[in-house]
Amino acid sequence: MDLYPLWNSLRIAGISTVIIFFIGIFSAYYIAKAPRFVKGVLDVILTLPLVLPPTVVGYILLRLLGPRRPIGAWFLEYFDIRLTMTWWSSIFATTVVIFPLMYRTARGAFEAFDETLAYSGKSIGLSNTYIFWRIRMPYCRQGILAGTVLAFARALGEYGATSMISGYTPGHTATISTTVYQLWRTNNDALATKWVLINIAISSVVLLAVNMLERRTQENVAAKTMKEA
Amino acid sequence: MSVQVDIEKKLGSFHLRVKFEAGDEVLALLGASGCGKSMTLKCIAGIVKPDRGRIVVDDEVLFDSEKNINLSPQVRHTGLMFQNYALFPNMNVLENIRAGTRRERKTESNATREARVKKVMETFGLLSLARHLPSQLSGGQQQRTALARILVSRPSILLLDEPFSALDSHLRFRLEQEVREVMEEFGKSVILVSHNRDEVYRLSDKIAVMDNGRIVTCGDKKDVFHNPRTRHAAILTGYKNISKYRMLPDGRIEATDWGLTLESSQKTSKEGYIGIRMHGISDGEGQEGNVFLFNVLEELENPFSFTIMLQPDGKTDTRPLGWELTKEEWHRLRAPKVKVLLSDEELLILDH
Repeated sequence: MDLYPLWNSLRIAGISTVIIFFIGIFSAYYIAKAPRFVKGVLDVILTLPLVLPPTVVGYILLRLLGPRRPIGAWFLEYFDIRLTMTWWSSIFATTVVIFPLMYRTARGAFEAFDETLAYSGKSIGLSNTYIFWRIRMPYCRQGILAGTVLAFARALGEYGATSMISGYTPGHTATISTTVYQLWRTNNDALATKWVLINIAISSVVLLAVNMLERRTQENVAAKTMKEA
Repeated sequence: MSVQVDIEKKLGSFHLRVKFEAGDEVLALLGASGCGKSMTLKCIAGIVKPDRGRIVVDDEVLFDSEKNINLSPQVRHTGLMFQNYALFPNMNVLENIRAGTRRERKTESNATREARVKKVMETFGLLSLARHLPSQLSGGQQQRTALARILVSRPSILLLDEPFSALDSHLRFRLEQEVREVMEEFGKSVILVSHNRDEVYRLSDKIAVMDNGRIVTCGDKKDVFHNPRTRHAAILTGYKNISKYRMLPDGRIEATDWGLTLESSQKTSKEGYIGIRMHGISDGEGQEGNVFLFNVLEELENPFSFTIMLQPDGKTDTRPLGWELTKEEWHRLRAPKVKVLLSDEELLILDH
């Protein structure tokens, strides 16, 4: 059994999770502080990929990144790089699809942050950077971790947009989800079942991790409310 | 004056407009919640930016809208303490206090800073709690940690926002003594925000009563309590019985809410408010002046006293007066109808 799809899926999910970790957190941080109207508008735009069909996301990406489309053509001309049909093209698809998951969970965590901690920190002379990394992030740790794990799980399962932008080339762009589809199409039930089981196993572990993190978050919130009461 | 504040800030329909000065003393901002007292502290600390005005602490201009000065909170050296103490939950007591010395991390050696941390922890009796997380501390220990963290950061003013409201009542009294010592030791301006008049009276030198974004009465604490000058200040300094009044042609005063006509030698306007403290009312037997016969509506038993709700005999729809007296006295006077005196010295007459 060729394990390339597993390795490919993991690296695509891993890389896009790292990228989205930072982008998601920073957009969540700034949008949580934005005025209500701005927040409402940005929220709709940034959450859209979560509810759009993945094929629509794939279509939009192809319209932008395809070799004859504005961004794709520019990269081809100046860097001689094709943005589609490579294994890393899938990263475009997964980052767009998982961004809302990271962004929303991180924003929820930031909004639950007790701002008086930041105010007190500032008044004793702590820099904003120090407050962000040493006080705000640890405080929101669990929510952010849960978002990261959830984003990773979703990236691992991405099919629609991925198959449109990377296609299916065995040993090249194949991921677990595109492989399962291909095996089903060619009536290779035995191998398809193996991949399905692998996928279920990974997803279960990930969800278990999310649940454990959420329980700890709830306990923290409960402890906090009790202390305040 | 070591602190001068004159600021204005509009926030939705709320309009904050405060102006006050204080020397090296304890100034209390007394007011109901939402009156703008916490906002005032946040403006001084640089967390909220006023629309207009000027803030000076220890001859340093922290904010001046005309000269475009607005120092960042980090360099203002204003020791702001919140009612929840805002200890960093992921850091232990030692780390929390150490954070208060980070401002000097480039100008002082680590050893010097550590010595400062150790000294302040010793002063506050926190050495044995160094490794405890804030969640493992009692309310009093949290407060001490918060004060230590602030004092180690060398503030030029202390801003205390409801410092005792998160504590159980039996702890309050003891911690008040601790805070009083801290403030005396500190020796510079302290602004204390509170809605508790007893606390304010015990801890401060000067009181500013706030209502709806403005300071309605300001002065020496004894003076403010003796003569609150406005109805709002009267309520906040403990006048529980307050009625509207109008002057009658014969010079007497009709307290319309109470349904009583009173005599007073005090200067009065055509109309205004009249008040009396619950323990300002006294037994009227054998007295002269404003003595009335009241029906006892209700007896409320407190741990060490009684509060008796009174209504003038023959009236039914007037606002009752509360009379507070010792248990022994009420046991002696107890009756369905009582004669009481609202003596002129106890009456507070206000224009508005």
